Amino acid sequence: MSNIVDARGLSCPQPVLLTMEKIKKVKKGAIAILVDTDTSKENVSRAATSQGWKIKGIKVERIGYRLMIVKK
Amino acid sequence: MLRRFFASRWGIISVGAFIGVFAPLLQKWGNPGNMGICVACFERDIAGTLGLHRADVVQYLRPEIIGFVLGSLIAAYVFKEFRPRAGSAPIVRFVLGAFAMIGALVFLGCPWRAMFRLAGGDGNAIFGILGLIGGIWVGTGFLKGGYNLGRAQETKTVVGWLLPLIMLGLLTLMLLFPQVEGQPQSGILFYSIKGPGSLHAPLFIALGVGLAVGILAQRSRFCTMGAFRDLILFRQTHLFLGVVALVIVAFVTNLILKQFHPGFVNQPIAHTMELWNVGGMVLAGLAFSLAGGCPGRQLFLAGEGDGDAAVFVLGMITGAAFAHNFGLASSPQGVGPHGIAAVVIGLVVCLFIGFTMRKKIASGGR
Repeated sequence: MSNIVDARGLSCPQPVLLTMEKIKKVKKGAIAILVDTDTSKENVSRAATSQGWKIKGIKVERIGYRLMIVKK
Repeated sequence: MLRRFFASRWGIISVGAFIGVFAPLLQKWGNPGNMGICVACFERDIAGTLGLHRADVVQYLRPEIIGFVLGSLIAAYVFKEFRPRAGSAPIVRFVLGAFAMIGALVFLGCPWRAMFRLAGGDGNAIFGILGLIGGIWVGTGFLKGGYNLGRAQETKTVVGWLLPLIMLGLLTLMLLFPQVEGQPQSGILFYSIKGPGSLHAPLFIALGVGLAVGILAQRSRFCTMGAFRDLILFRQTHLFLGVVALVIVAFVTNLILKQFHPGFVNQPIAHTMELWNVGGMVLAGLAFSLAGGCPGRQLFLAGEGDGDAAVFVLGMITGAAFAHNFGLASSPQGVGPHGIAAVVIGLVVCLFIGFTMRKKIASGGR
């Protein structure tokens, strides 16, 4: 799985910026985004949804969360 | 359920509305004019009460600030979000905090107070808000160009606890050395007997409102800088709606409390040198956006364990000391003797930081 955005440790608005960059690049498919705070999780979810992506799952990791977003 | 509510549109709107009600009420209960809540002014007053500057009209240990940090700490623990982290260019954040404060004190208010000044009828606030938006706009340019302060690392719990503990220490000092009426000093603390520093709501009311705001703002991620930044950068209105709610509700509350006095001259703790109302806030807005949060948000972040935000807060308090010791802060008569020079220097420093901290971060892994 090559479409990974590692935004752990980055403060606002970097996680959203990196996610948007990736979304623009891959256009559709699946992206995994690693974040370390609940704020980033919410912000990334909101941004992805606004771009027409769906939140497929959110996994709790040792540090933060792994968000899976998809677009067909 | 509650978690989801605060992340929702109505969540942020209700938090903005809550602050919009209680800030004007704090003013009614004793805080200075159009200064129900002002994070920059209140941190400046704390610098004064500790004697870091000796401007005798702005010395008071504002319990609201203590409440903001401790409220956020409580919320972060209750909702299992306390996460000690640090190491994202702390020295840069310190410098940005210092210049954000200096810019805010040239305008005479942080973004929060800019909104309350507007909601109280102070037309000069429009210039401050325009400057704020301008500064944030420049900041978003840097963000688009790859500006970032690097990653923070997970760290020991105590790192996240230090600023909350400092706040508890300040509260203890205030209880040990309470204000004595008519006296400029009580123990080691300085207390203004005239000027805005002498105007304040009762300690426990101010602390209570501060705690409530801290809890709500931690949950909803309320941020007056992020509001404009997200609007400019992503066309996202989420945080912006919170600020809009704050202004509208504060305006209505001021009308009800008879605290709305429209005009430009003789506004409380404000000056009419509009160019520098703009200039000061361009500097503050740029510094806040380079640091990733408004002064309130930095306090809430510090409460949930962000050691870098804590450094920004200490930078702001230090900046306030410089602002008054060096004659950089404005007064109702206009800008301070060296205020303009400080704004220019601050802008140069922020631009330098913006242009130099552009290292691309590999998004595919550490």
